[in-house]
Amino acid sequence: MEEMRYEAPDSLDAAVAMLSDAGEAGRVLAGGTDLLVQLRAGMVHPGLVVDIKNIPEVRAISEEGGGFRVGAAVTGAELGEHAGMCKAWPGVVEATELIGSTQIQGRATMGGNLCNGSPAADSVPALIAAGAVASVIGPSGQRDVPVEDIIIGPGKTSLEKGEFVVSFKFPDRPAHSGDAYLRFIPRTEMDIAVVGAGVNITLDDDGVCQAARVGLGAVAATPLLVADAADALIGSTLDDAALEKLAAAASAACKPIDDKRGTIEFRTKVAGVLARRAALIALDRAKEGR
Amino acid sequence: MSKYHVSTTINGDPVEYLCEPEQTLLDVLRDELYLTGSKEGCASGDCGACSVLVDDRLVCACLALGAEMGGKKIETIEGMADGDELHPLQQKFLEHAALQCGICTPGFLVAAKSLLDRNPDPTEEETRYWLAGNLCRCTGYDKIIRAVLDTAAEMRSGK
Ligand SMILES: Cc1cc2nc3c(=O)[nH]c(=O)nc-3n(C[C@H](O)[C@H](O)[C@H](O)COP(=O)(O)OP(=O)(O)OC[C@H]3O[C@@H](n4cnc5c(N)ncnc54)[C@H](O)[C@@H]3O)c2cc1C
Ligand code: FES
Ligand code: FES
Repeated sequence: MEEMRYEAPDSLDAAVAMLSDAGEAGRVLAGGTDLLVQLRAGMVHPGLVVDIKNIPEVRAISEEGGGFRVGAAVTGAELGEHAGMCKAWPGVVEATELIGSTQIQGRATMGGNLCNGSPAADSVPALIAAGAVASVIGPSGQRDVPVEDIIIGPGKTSLEKGEFVVSFKFPDRPAHSGDAYLRFIPRTEMDIAVVGAGVNITLDDDGVCQAARVGLGAVAATPLLVADAADALIGSTLDDAALEKLAAAASAACKPIDDKRGTIEFRTKVAGVLARRAALIALDRAKEGR
Repeated sequence: MSKYHVSTTINGDPVEYLCEPEQTLLDVLRDELYLTGSKEGCASGDCGACSVLVDDRLVCACLALGAEMGGKKIETIEGMADGDELHPLQQKFLEHAALQCGICTPGFLVAAKSLLDRNPDPTEEETRYWLAGNLCRCTGYDKIIRAVLDTAAEMRSGK
């Protein structure tokens, strides 16, 4: 078998050059909490591993035009310590903090969670609900890709050869906005989501929902952006009737698998329940003026 | 195979080692440096027996590459006692019988120390969540949690 090489470039250009030279054999390394498990299990055999953690742009959190830009290789622990992100996007932060244990949080990143391509990745429905846009760099330059367009199948992304995610841009946060993420797992910690739901809303001064986005995880081959579920909320005060419609739309969007962790029927039902509960938490946060 | 030359700091001492690109930090600690206090329970991030600190962050040594450690500060269980004097957590683990076979103990101690370094007065719930990534097949956890909370109380009272 081909020998594996390890490189840790300190610039985006150097990383792009290495990855495009390596072609199929190249792999990005962020926190390694998926990649090293896959290496050990013999599931992947990269000829070159490019550790991106020495590149300043992928490790920084900065304010940009009223919103935040978060590096793809910022760890869950670091995100949870960032006061600005916790205040503006508590749903994104709580989703990312659900990834694994304290030890896993010390290494796991949103970029890795997304690009690993799991339909059950916890941060992804929250990122989709937030309207986060990935800044992708590669041999043909930089491009912006909405998070919902990155995963195209289990373990598969729309990234081209040599491309990787540099950072996520979160939109400006109007007043009266809130987001939340909930997942169902059989235990209280350290498990893979059976269903995950992220909801993000903005209210007007009278408490009427002006904008909403809903993301679902683990209920289809990819995490989903569910426009019908968002439409159920827009124009309402998130009264019972609107929440019923939201739950129905969330359930209707599910195309889940049947396995020992959850049946199709269970996942479909729970998707609606969690979307509804997440919407109520987002509503509280929006009213608190977060 | 080409080896990687890494300069790092382990438990306060400058250390240099050579490693293969696929060796994990845990492989390097145990097989190259003979620091065998960090244990390998699962090699997949699930059990926490390999817990170490890298630049003050608690991580699984089985899920980091040895080659990544250039310029980093690593702390392992070997650095916890001060010579012959046990760290208060180690002492309390003995007093509370918070170990049986002992495989999980180094990982629990390193993880618990990093909790108390950040939060000298954790609640039981905070302690249980912080240690949720450390598995023990023997004790049933209760004695471990008691030992950590008792250590925290004693350290706060400055005894
Ligand atoms: C014990 C344990 C518990 C876990 N619990 C959870 C959980 O509760 N919820 C959950 O969602 N996940 C969980 N995971 C999975 C994993 O921790 C997460 O998916 C994590 O976010 C991966 O991030 P990473 O930085 O470690 O990725 P890595 O392992 O470094 O990378 C993952 C994949 O993405 C690619 N990649 C990484 N960064 C980029 C980038 N910037 N651009 C392009 N490609 C990139 C890599 O090449 C690789 O294919 C768990 C894992 C373990 C070991
Ligand atoms: S050996 Fe590293 S977590 Fe089990
Ligand atoms: S004492 Fe045996 S695993 Fe914990």
